[in-house]
Amino acid sequence: MHRTARRGLAIASTIALLVTAAGCGGDDGPTSGGGSVPGVTDTEIVVGTHMPLTGPASAGYSKIAPATKAYFDYVNANGGVHGRKITYKVMDDGYNPANTQQVVRQLVLQDKVFAVLNGLGTPTHTGVLDFLKTNRVPDLFVASGSRSWDQPDKYPGTFGFNPDYTIEGKILANYAKANLAGKKVCFLGQDDDFGRDSLAGVEKVLGAGAVAVKQTYVTSNTNVAPQIGAFKAAGCQVVMLATVPGFTALSVGTAARLGFKPQWLVSNVGADHPTLAKQLGAAAPLLEGMVGTNYLPMQNDTANPWIQLFTKINKTHNGDAPFDGNTVYGMSVGYLFVQVLLAAGKDVTREKVLDAVQKGGFQGPGLVPLRFSAKDHSGYGGQRLSRVSGGVQTYFGPAYETDEADGPVNEYTAAPVAPPANGVPTVS
Amino acid sequence: MSATRAAVPPRQWVGEAGDRPVDTGRRGSTLLRHLAVLLAVGLALVAVSYAVEPFRNFQLATVAAYLCATAGLTVLTGLNGQLSLGHGALMATGAYTVALCQNAFLDRGLTGGWLLPLSLVAAVLGTVAVGAVVGVAAARLRGPYLAGVTLAVAVVVPALAVTFDGVFNGEQGLSVPVEPPPMALGAYFPYERWQLWLSGAATLLALLLVANLIRSRYGRTFRAVRDDEVAARLAGIHVARTQVLAFVVSAATAGLGGGLLAMLAQSVSPGAFSLTLSLFLLMAVVIGGLGRLAGALWGAVLLVALPDLTHSVTELFTLSPAVAQRLEGNLPLAIFGVTLIVVMIAAPGGVQGLLSRLGRALLARWPARRS
Repeated sequence: MHRTARRGLAIASTIALLVTAAGCGGDDGPTSGGGSVPGVTDTEIVVGTHMPLTGPASAGYSKIAPATKAYFDYVNANGGVHGRKITYKVMDDGYNPANTQQVVRQLVLQDKVFAVLNGLGTPTHTGVLDFLKTNRVPDLFVASGSRSWDQPDKYPGTFGFNPDYTIEGKILANYAKANLAGKKVCFLGQDDDFGRDSLAGVEKVLGAGAVAVKQTYVTSNTNVAPQIGAFKAAGCQVVMLATVPGFTALSVGTAARLGFKPQWLVSNVGADHPTLAKQLGAAAPLLEGMVGTNYLPMQNDTANPWIQLFTKINKTHNGDAPFDGNTVYGMSVGYLFVQVLLAAGKDVTREKVLDAVQKGGFQGPGLVPLRFSAKDHSGYGGQRLSRVSGGVQTYFGPAYETDEADGPVNEYTAAPVAPPANGVPTVS
Repeated sequence: MSATRAAVPPRQWVGEAGDRPVDTGRRGSTLLRHLAVLLAVGLALVAVSYAVEPFRNFQLATVAAYLCATAGLTVLTGLNGQLSLGHGALMATGAYTVALCQNAFLDRGLTGGWLLPLSLVAAVLGTVAVGAVVGVAAARLRGPYLAGVTLAVAVVVPALAVTFDGVFNGEQGLSVPVEPPPMALGAYFPYERWQLWLSGAATLLALLLVANLIRSRYGRTFRAVRDDEVAARLAGIHVARTQVLAFVVSAATAGLGGGLLAMLAQSVSPGAFSLTLSLFLLMAVVIGGLGRLAGALWGAVLLVALPDLTHSVTELFTLSPAVAQRLEGNLPLAIFGVTLIVVMIAAPGGVQGLLSRLGRALLARWPARRS
C-alpha cells in the first residue's frame, strides 16, 4: 500500500482538526488587547522611519534621522513628553522602493510603531501610502515635497513637511523671471513625481514653452554627461535642478568637465552647501554663485537662536557630527513632532495626534508658516532664496509664499519666533 | 568535454536522496504521494497562518514567492546543468505583467477577487514567452557564455523599466491595486494572512507540477542531458529541446514568483529586481542544496531571513552611526558571500545535503526502528 500516502492523510486530518479548533477562536477587532494604542506605554512612545542610510541618496540625507533622534534624546533627557520617552526606530531602505515596502511593514507589523515619522523620498514613500492607510498608521511629515502627501480625502493620515516641489518651482522660476530675464532656461529633474511636480511649478510661472531643454535622470545611473551635454549644446544659460544632493554635485562636476558654466538654480532638497562641498571635495569652488532655496534657519548662521540650540544638542546628543542643513532639518522635524505630541495630550491616541496636526498653529524654526488644516495636509508654504558667495551659503531677499495652483508668488514678512529657553516646546 | 559541467555539482553527492533515479523501495503513484504531501503542507500553512503574527505571515508569504523562483532555478541549474544569472529579470517580467494587468482591470472598472489569478496566469504566460526566447539562445551556449547572456538579461530588463518610463514609470515603479480579503472571511480578517493564503496556494500548485515533472520522463531527460550530452543524444534525447524546456519551466515559476512579490508589496519597481537579486537567487539554491526541491525551500527562507538577521545583529552592537550605516546595506551581501564559500567547502550538498546526511546517519544508528 502507499505507506506515505496513508501517513500523509493521517497528518493532514490531524492538522485539519487543529485548524478547526484554532479557527473557532475568531479574530479580534481592529484593536487587540482592549483598546491599547500601538507603540504607546506609560513610559515610552515608539515611532519609526525609513531613510536612505545607504545608496544613491544617502549623501547628506543619511544624517537627518540621527539628528532627529538626537533631538528626541535631548527631550527625553529633559523628562520626555507627558512623562514618555520617545524611541525612534530608523530603518535603512537604500532609497529603493522595494526595500521601503519591507522595512515599513517591519516597523508597523513587527515593531508596532505608533506612527511613521519623516519617511524620506518621493519614489520610496509613494509605495507605502496605501499600506499605512489600511493599517491606520499616522504618516507624519514625509521628507519630500511631492504633492501626493496632500490628499486629505484619500490619505487622511498622511502629512507633508517640506514645501511642495511645485511651490518651489514657482519661487525659483519667479527669481529667474525677475533677475535672469531673457536667458535660456533649462531643467534637469529626477524621473519621478519629484522632477515632474517641480517642472509643473516652473512652467506655471514661466509659461509652458519657456523651458528650452528638459532632461531627467535616474538614481541608478550616475552618469549625467548626456543630459548636461544636451544643455551645453542647446546653449542653456540657466539650469534648474530638481535633484538629490548626490546628483546636484554630479551635475555641477560634469558641467565643469564639459567646460559649461550656467547659473544653477537648485531645489532645497539638493542645495545644502556643506553636503555638496563634501561631495565635490577639491572642486567645491564650482558651487560659487549657486542659487538655492531653504525654509529653515541657515546652518552657518551662528547668530540665530535656533542654530545655537541645535548646535548645542548636536554636541551633547549626536557625537558632535558635522553640522549642516540636514542636521537643522532633522532637529526641526523632531521639534515639530514633540509639539504635536504635547498638543495631543496625555492620553495620546492615533486619532488625537491627527487632530492635533490638523488643528495646526505650530510655531517653530521655519521662516514661513506650516499650513496644516483639515483641508490641507501639505507642510511649509514657502521658501527663501540663498546664494553661495565666497564659499558661504547665505540667504538674500525676502521669504516668499505661494500655493501649488496658479496663485501669485508673494513676499512673506512675519518675523520668525525664538525657541523656548530650554529648547523643549511647551503646550501652547 | 562540455563546459556545462561547471554548473554541475560534483559526482559524489549526486544520485543521493534528492536525485533518486529509481527508488525501488517505493511502489505506487507518485502523483498520489505528492498530492498527499501537498494537502498536508497546505493545511499546516493554514494552521500556521492563524498561529503567528501578521508580520511573520507576510514574511512567510514572501518566502513562498521566492520559493517559486528558487524551485525553478533548482530545476534549471541543479537538474539540467544550465547556469542562469538572469532569474531576477524573469521575476521582474512576471511582476510587471501583474502590475500592468491589475492596473488595466482597474482602469476598465473591473473589480473582483477573480482578477488576481487571471493576472498571475498572464504573468506566467508572459514570462514563458520571454523564457522561451532566452532559452533558445541559452541552449546554444555553454558555461561562461551562457552565464554572460543571462547576466545581460538581468541587467537589461530592469533598465527597460527606466527607458520606457511612459509605461513602467521609471524607478518609482507602478502600484499594484489588490483587492482586500473577501468579506466572507470576516471584516477584521488580517490582510497579511490572506496574502499568505494566496501566495501559499499558488506556490504549492507550482511545486506540485514541478515535483511531478522532476519524477517524470522529462526529469530523467533533464538529468541525462546534465550528466552527459553525448550519451543523452545517443539514447535518443533531443538535447536542445530538453534544455529549452527546462528553461521555460524555470522561467514560468520565476514569473509566478515575481507576480506574487508584486501582489505582496502592492507595487513594483526596478530596484526590487536588480542584478543583486539574480545573484542572490543563484546563491540561495546553491546554499540550500542544488538539485533538490527541499534545497530550494532553504534557499528561499534564507533570502527572507538574512536581511532581517543582519538588522538584528547591527542593532546588538552599539556602533558609531557611520559604521552602522555602512554595515546596514552591505552586510547581508557579505554574509551571503561568506556563507556560500563556507558551504561550498564544508558541505557541497548545501543545507539539504547536510540534513539528509544527518538523517541517514541517525537512521543507521537505530536499525531496529525500520521494519
